[in-house]
Amino acid sequence: MNIFVCVKQVPDTETKVVPTGDGSYIETNSIKWILNPYDEFAVEQALQVKAANSGSTITVVRVGGVKDTEALRTAMAMGADEAILIEAGDNVDSYMTAKAIKGAIEKSGKNPDLILTGKQAIDDDCLQVPQLLAQMLGMPSVSVVVGFEQDGDGYVLKREIEGGAIEVYSANSPAVVACNKGLNTPRYPSLPGIIKAKRKPMEKWTLSDVGVADSDRRVNYSNFQLPPEKPPGKKFEAMDEGVQASVVSEVVNLLRTEAKVI
Amino acid sequence: MSKILVFSELAGEHVKTVTMEILGKMDGLHADVAVVGDLPQAALDDLAKYGAQNIHCLKGDNLEKYSPEGYAAALKTLIDEHGYDYVFAGSTSMGKDLLPRVAGMCDAGMATEVTNFTMDGGTFAGTRPFFAGKCLAKVEVQGPKPHFVTVRPNALGLNDSTTAGAGTKSEVAVSTGDLKAIIKEIVKGASNKLDLTEANIIVSGGRALKSAENFKILDEMANVLGATVGASRAAVDSGYATHDMQVGQTGKTVAPTLYIACGISGAIQHLAGMRTSKVIVAINTDPDAPIFTKADYGIVGDLFQIVPLLTEEFKKVL
Amino acid sequence: MTDYNYAPEQVEIREAALKFAKNEMLPRAGEFDQKQELPLEILTKAWELGLVNTCIPTEYGGAGFSTLDAVIISESLAYGCMGMNTAIMANDLALLPIALFGSDEQKKRFLTPFTESYKIASFCLTEPEQGSDAASIKTTLKKDGDDYILNGQKMWITNAGYADLFVVYATIDPSLKHKGITACVVEKGTKGIEIGKAEHKMGHRCSDTRAMNFNNVRIPAENILMKAGSGWEIAKKTLDHSRPLVAASALGGAQCAFDHAIKYAKERKQFGKPLAKHQAIQFMLADMAIKLENSRNLVHKAAWLLDEGKENTKIASFAKAYAADSCMEITTDAVQIFGGYGYSVEYPVEKLMRDAKLIQIYEGTSQIQRLIIAREILN
Repeated sequence: MNIFVCVKQVPDTETKVVPTGDGSYIETNSIKWILNPYDEFAVEQALQVKAANSGSTITVVRVGGVKDTEALRTAMAMGADEAILIEAGDNVDSYMTAKAIKGAIEKSGKNPDLILTGKQAIDDDCLQVPQLLAQMLGMPSVSVVVGFEQDGDGYVLKREIEGGAIEVYSANSPAVVACNKGLNTPRYPSLPGIIKAKRKPMEKWTLSDVGVADSDRRVNYSNFQLPPEKPPGKKFEAMDEGVQASVVSEVVNLLRTEAKVI
Repeated sequence: MSKILVFSELAGEHVKTVTMEILGKMDGLHADVAVVGDLPQAALDDLAKYGAQNIHCLKGDNLEKYSPEGYAAALKTLIDEHGYDYVFAGSTSMGKDLLPRVAGMCDAGMATEVTNFTMDGGTFAGTRPFFAGKCLAKVEVQGPKPHFVTVRPNALGLNDSTTAGAGTKSEVAVSTGDLKAIIKEIVKGASNKLDLTEANIIVSGGRALKSAENFKILDEMANVLGATVGASRAAVDSGYATHDMQVGQTGKTVAPTLYIACGISGAIQHLAGMRTSKVIVAINTDPDAPIFTKADYGIVGDLFQIVPLLTEEFKKVL
Repeated sequence: MTDYNYAPEQVEIREAALKFAKNEMLPRAGEFDQKQELPLEILTKAWELGLVNTCIPTEYGGAGFSTLDAVIISESLAYGCMGMNTAIMANDLALLPIALFGSDEQKKRFLTPFTESYKIASFCLTEPEQGSDAASIKTTLKKDGDDYILNGQKMWITNAGYADLFVVYATIDPSLKHKGITACVVEKGTKGIEIGKAEHKMGHRCSDTRAMNFNNVRIPAENILMKAGSGWEIAKKTLDHSRPLVAASALGGAQCAFDHAIKYAKERKQFGKPLAKHQAIQFMLADMAIKLENSRNLVHKAAWLLDEGKENTKIASFAKAYAADSCMEITTDAVQIFGGYGYSVEYPVEKLMRDAKLIQIYEGTSQIQRLIIAREILN
């Protein structure tokens, strides 16, 4: 089987986020880059599928800056066989990313049987690439996957929706599967794996090599800024039974309309 | 004027609230609404009340259950017929999955997870969070139309002064073509509560609960909220709660959207475990309890009176 | 002039080891410390990920790590738990003599099995009466035909209760002092090995430490490393490799204590402001930070010198003495910063302070290090 895993390199969750002076993005100088946590489940699933289907290869694809290649190296250290890096600035949108990945898969000459991704990237939470990619490739896609099984030529996939309910899909191969936490337990990259990863092939292509141009941009982000300060807490006296009902009513209303948490 | 479509879904007898939130923002723009399947009268009335002009019910084979390809084909048919400039949806499970596919079919751009937006001069400009909300950014869409937008539920709030729309219902026949992925069955959510460390809403009790029995009143509130119940170390040490419920420096560190602390004083060791909660509500009889310095909403009162009242009030609004 | 930066693979190695330490070791360190139980499951997992036996060369199935790679791993694992790292490092202390001085046949026989499944080794030098005065060890190896007979007592042997292999230092003739010292390899199950009960210790409590008796244990000639009388040279060269590892362990433990202290100082308020805004605490933290940086640079240099094929005995001693002493100071200050809470078993720093003490004692006490340094600098 030819398995592709799409990964993204994102800032570590502990990163202190500081918008740049012109608001065009955030300061990236002291960022520690990691493999997008949801993508780890995708890599792990690919490894399990490979183990169950001898003769399979896993190709990891990433669209992004070239300064650091942590994400691809981690994926290969976990066991992916080869990598494709499509060099692009921080500024590619989901449409360009999906189109670039499509181009890379086609350029690789390998016919995909399965494409795995994480359900979302924790830096921008755009949640589009798996579905865009599937549409562009004419494949079905299932997202937020927490259960995966091969079933003859196709797949049985469990998708988590609101209220903890599970939609069980039967999907044809090839398919795009966007993985969620709970699908599996990603293995640690082993040290021998890290050393072996150095010798694994990594292709480097430009956006135009894979058929993506500036005219493919669809979304612009600007005016990055810190969120407004939380207003000081409100305190309500409610020892007196007479006011309790109205205090409770007001707090619940505030939770709904002001805090917007229920 | 921009032609706008809002894709919606049913939740019981009504459409999901986020649809109304979006319509509320479109006041005066005469947006249309689309759903797959039929709509009960109550839902139609709501949509009209919030300004929907035309309400399209998409009907066809293979549409009884959700499928990304089927629903996308249905929506695309409608979009092609009417030439919309914008297609909005709530970023619900379905919205998040469906809309990018439709955008792909239209080779169009999509702004997702917006928490606010304007339609000045008929052009969309939105605000969305980045890095798990650590900052915000402006988002604009360019390129082929329609442009797609998903909006976070609860972010806009309802606009109760929207001008009502005509709410004209029409049925649209659509065909889906072959589906390569279909739902075989739907398994209801398990009633197990989420682990504290994953819970979105946590209700926590302190020593003031006075007994393990009394934690039942917190269970009741938690059930209504879909929350998980936690406890302070003092409550655990006194035997009112088990150790796996302990939130704090020597217990679990939690990061829910809403944390309701009942009868908890707020010692630093407890705060260390929950201070990254998005919104904190505190109930305590001591107005000087440290927890009030961290709470967004503090209620100085007796939890045995306040908690049941809160439970009732939550039942009403949820 | 050396580049202070780690190579990209070393950054990845550090990330991987630290991830394992923080996710698998750190959360359970307190539990195994209190139970005084060797965490075999965790150690096996570390072995599966290639974090153990860093000294084994590639020809014998190992990863072929440089000394710098090895100290990076040691520091990272010690961040998780100094006690677990002692159990892990003990393998290298035992296998290094074989890796450095064994014959090809011995390396295949003894080292390769350690790369095939998780096995445990013990390095046996110290005796009840001979600690720092290692040259005066009394365990004897008496020739008997082609074999030798091993007799004597060893003390404070890490992993003794679990070891598959013992590397034992003994003497063919006590009157020859260091010229009589001989290193030999003893396999588990050999008749005459007597293992004592597990010692209860102040720290590194998850690590298994015992007294041992070798009672007329027969050692075939092919289990002697190099030849009789070469043990002292073997030990000295081994220490050049192992002291940086142990120093790195002190560094990792100290870093963990420091990170805890910084976090607490930012959160805990007294007199209306966080501890971190009080100068007294700021000065403590600054001194801790300086010691960490110095320790790291010494450990790095001690490893780098060895990898460059240069003499590193003096710097390795600097590193071991300084890192161990600093670790004791840093962990003590961390407890101080935590105040009353630091004294409680519920908080992680008191364990780190207890663990720090041993590193000033084993692998050559801080006093022995100073003797070595004095000898080196006065020569």
